[in-house]
Amino acid sequence: MDKPNYQNYRIEAENICVDYNGKVALYDANLRLKPGQICGLVGMNGAGKTTFFNALTGFVNISKGKIRINGESLRSAQKDQTIAYVPQSEGIDSQFPVNVWDVVMMGRYGSMNVLRCPRESDVQAVKDAIERVDLTNFLSTPIGNLSGGQRKRTFLARAIAQRASILLLDEPFTGVDIRTEKLISELFIQFKNEGKTILLSTHDMIHVREFCDLVLLINKTVVAYGETSEVFTPENITSTFGGISPDVLFGPES
Amino acid sequence: MEPCLFLSINTFITDPLTHDFMRKALFMSSLVAAVCGFLSSYLTLKGWALMGDAVSHSVMPGVVVAYALGLPFSLGAFIFGVGSVALIGFVKQKSRVKEDTVIGLVFTGFFALGIVLVSKIKSNIDLHSILFGSPLGISLSDVKQTVLISLLVVILLSVFRKDLMLYCFDPRHAKTVGINVLFLHYLLLTCLSLAAVVGLQTVGIILVVAMLITPGATAYLLTDQFDNMTIISILSAIISSVIGIYCSFWFDLETGGSIVLAQTFIFLFAFLFAPRYGIFKIKKFFSNYK
Repeated sequence: MDKPNYQNYRIEAENICVDYNGKVALYDANLRLKPGQICGLVGMNGAGKTTFFNALTGFVNISKGKIRINGESLRSAQKDQTIAYVPQSEGIDSQFPVNVWDVVMMGRYGSMNVLRCPRESDVQAVKDAIERVDLTNFLSTPIGNLSGGQRKRTFLARAIAQRASILLLDEPFTGVDIRTEKLISELFIQFKNEGKTILLSTHDMIHVREFCDLVLLINKTVVAYGETSEVFTPENITSTFGGISPDVLFGPES
Repeated sequence: MEPCLFLSINTFITDPLTHDFMRKALFMSSLVAAVCGFLSSYLTLKGWALMGDAVSHSVMPGVVVAYALGLPFSLGAFIFGVGSVALIGFVKQKSRVKEDTVIGLVFTGFFALGIVLVSKIKSNIDLHSILFGSPLGISLSDVKQTVLISLLVVILLSVFRKDLMLYCFDPRHAKTVGINVLFLHYLLLTCLSLAAVVGLQTVGIILVVAMLITPGATAYLLTDQFDNMTIISILSAIISSVIGIYCSFWFDLETGGSIVLAQTFIFLFAFLFAPRYGIFKIKKFFSNYK
């Protein structure tokens, strides 16, 4: 494997602003991530976490600022399959008539021809990805019949099959079983060693301490950003959550 | 089987086929049903039922104006169909009124304009055939138009089948991997307008939305596989058309109404007896008694 080049930034977001019909959802947000870094995105509901993801995937247009992926434009990052997005459980229609194989194959669509006919290499990538998330026995199970954790793993497999170097995960630990949680955390360590860059949003403060090298606290804009050990302080968390003391969030022991 | 019963069933099926207008009606309705059925699986999954209703009603003034100017009616219908969608998008974005209200507002406005135009433009426009369809009296030029439009829609949907499925399922992922989501959005809307145009000939403006919704809903109850859903949707639409036309021939019923009623009955059947998602879960029933 090539040694990741730590000189260059994978994600560079500079002063980005997003507004929906004049309503500001995010302003002057900055983020710089290198290969092999895992960053936690922490904020209240409505603080702009999903908006941040939407901006980085190009799903919404930024009204100001600049996004560079591997030093290139977002458009070329999309064409190169650089970014994978793993949606929140509520973000998808679980009754949609597709099975595990279909969903993971969607990870390959961007690199297929216009008719999206899978080649041998696509089939292999999908098989490998499904194996990594331990769903080989569920290939033809409709996603509606999966548990929350299995469904989450299906979408993670889609990101793996895409062979993206940047993974954006919206609440990866919400509503999953212990087994899935363990599998996801093991995968995170593998991804890190492979030099992938991960940005994940979470409500669970313990996960931030456990996996994240960096943490980005947001409340419509960046409240604090840096190494988890330095930035993830009770004062910063309090200001991110609009004055609620961290005791309420963590319990008294922290 | 007794010979006389066999004969009567035979006559029941073959007798209508001796009439030229019946053969044409059967062919046209099946074609239109197949097109609408194909599109139907996307619309039901995308949640665009109301949009289908809106577009199909909004084409009314387009049909009237096209007739008055001697243009192909499909052209006028298409312009107004797409126009209504654009207007819905515009009003929604520029006002605080909620989307379903805007949709209802725009399409009733267009529909009313169409009715007023019919009363004002004194021509040989048959309001009844626009509203309720007239598959038994389709002219040759209309047949050509319908076949061309149907082919176009089928080709577009076939080529972008998987992209459209992904667009309905997870547009954000589609965007992330570099698929042009805006193009797919307008592609689906264009196909919807075109399908409404061909559909209104067989069942009329008022009922065409049924052709765009019911087959997909029926198929959705019967399968968990997208490709199967499309096939079931198309088949159920074609079968309903054939049943509807035969019933209308033998029992002297309004053709458009019979076709849609046949679709509704097939849906009801699926609603009650679908193996997994029906009210009486037949699969469970059988597996309990194994």
